[in-house]
Amino acid sequence: MKKNESYEEFIKGIWRDNPVFVQVLGMCPMLAVTNSAVNAIAMGLATFFVLVGSSFLVSSFRNWIPKQVRISCFIIIIATFVTVADYTLLALVPTVHKELGAFIPLIVANCMILGRQEAFASRYPTRLAVMDAMGMASGFMLALFSLGAIREILGDGALFGMNLFGTNFEPWIIMILPPGGFLTLGVILLFFNWFKLKKDEFLAEVAEAERSSR
Amino acid sequence: MTSARHTGTASPSSLRLVLTLAIAGLISGVAIIGIYESTLPTITANKARELREAVFKVLPAVSQMQALVHRDGELVAAEAVAKDEPVVYGGYDENGGFVGYAIPGAGPGFQDTIGLLYGYTPDQKLVVGMEVLESRETPGLGDKIYKDADFVAGFSALSIEPEITAVKSGTKSQPNEIDAITGATISSKAVVRIINETHADWTQRLPPPGAEPRLTETEPAAGPEVER
Repeated sequence: MKKNESYEEFIKGIWRDNPVFVQVLGMCPMLAVTNSAVNAIAMGLATFFVLVGSSFLVSSFRNWIPKQVRISCFIIIIATFVTVADYTLLALVPTVHKELGAFIPLIVANCMILGRQEAFASRYPTRLAVMDAMGMASGFMLALFSLGAIREILGDGALFGMNLFGTNFEPWIIMILPPGGFLTLGVILLFFNWFKLKKDEFLAEVAEAERSSR
Repeated sequence: MTSARHTGTASPSSLRLVLTLAIAGLISGVAIIGIYESTLPTITANKARELREAVFKVLPAVSQMQALVHRDGELVAAEAVAKDEPVVYGGYDENGGFVGYAIPGAGPGFQDTIGLLYGYTPDQKLVVGMEVLESRETPGLGDKIYKDADFVAGFSALSIEPEITAVKSGTKSQPNEIDAITGATISSKAVVRIINETHADWTQRLPPPGAEPRLTETEPAAGPEVER
């Protein structure tokens, strides 16, 4: 039972409550750094580290933090993790850090992270909070990666810098420019909503069939 | 259920609120100092290595370098370079013979500042190489100023007297002309302008050919802290 519960907290962030495709949070990094798959993954990993670390601390200290100053405390915790991620990336992978630029410090302002602290980590036990954070962060990374991969394949004819189509492919440069981000995100959101609509219709049909057969 | 803990019970004393934030800030400060101190050597080493590689790239046949600054009317080797002090890098061959200068320049591009380094040999008055160090030009268009091998190769023997001119792609006819990139004219012209301006700025301060500072024995300082 307990195991199922934490599994449920993990899996909901990836699909049912996906922070990007369903909650539509964290749009700024989502659109800004997804012009290649590598950037998307790096951003996803940095966000994963910050979100899981912050959720763990916030949940551990949730009984010591007075409610009047909770948002300030959350932000202090998040900002510390972001600084750690910033310097670590700068030291280990300077080229990736150069590409992501100002968007690493801006993880602090990612509303998905503060949202998870306020809505979940500050109210649930540490184990569940960490599972929830891992699920949400994986969902975010998945979303970043799918956008980054689509945009890089169409806009550059490559994936992870490897050429896919040879020299005859004319890259759709617009896809790696800002409009491409909006277009791709719009199409993916369209698919998600269509899928949800179909699923609801299907469930209604099943319920109807069950009722009439009874 | 969600806000039972947040709304219930009497509010805690101001002292407790202040203490909580002070402790949180203190712990956070210590953690940040820790990570800063532990990554600083790697970051500095990375930047120094990047700079060395760039210098060796823009000046062919160079195997040693030193930072040079202009003090009291002459160009001297610098042990330490102040943060805002303009600096050039002298490139020397294996025997310590002077080859050329690697000169950093920066200026506005299409979107943001373009920072670059170019190699200059004073005896031939030629630009012998160009490397873009930082830019945020449009991916797919403006970023060709460092991704387009033909454009970069155009800087490998380019006359800088009286000044470099960017001409329409494929129409280069003079030794001081360079083919601009189709679709990235503004970025190409920005690169040319930055080199011209930097050159005009430095040309009075460089000593006449043959009187360049000699390579100092000790391995010199890597250069100034590069602005992030």
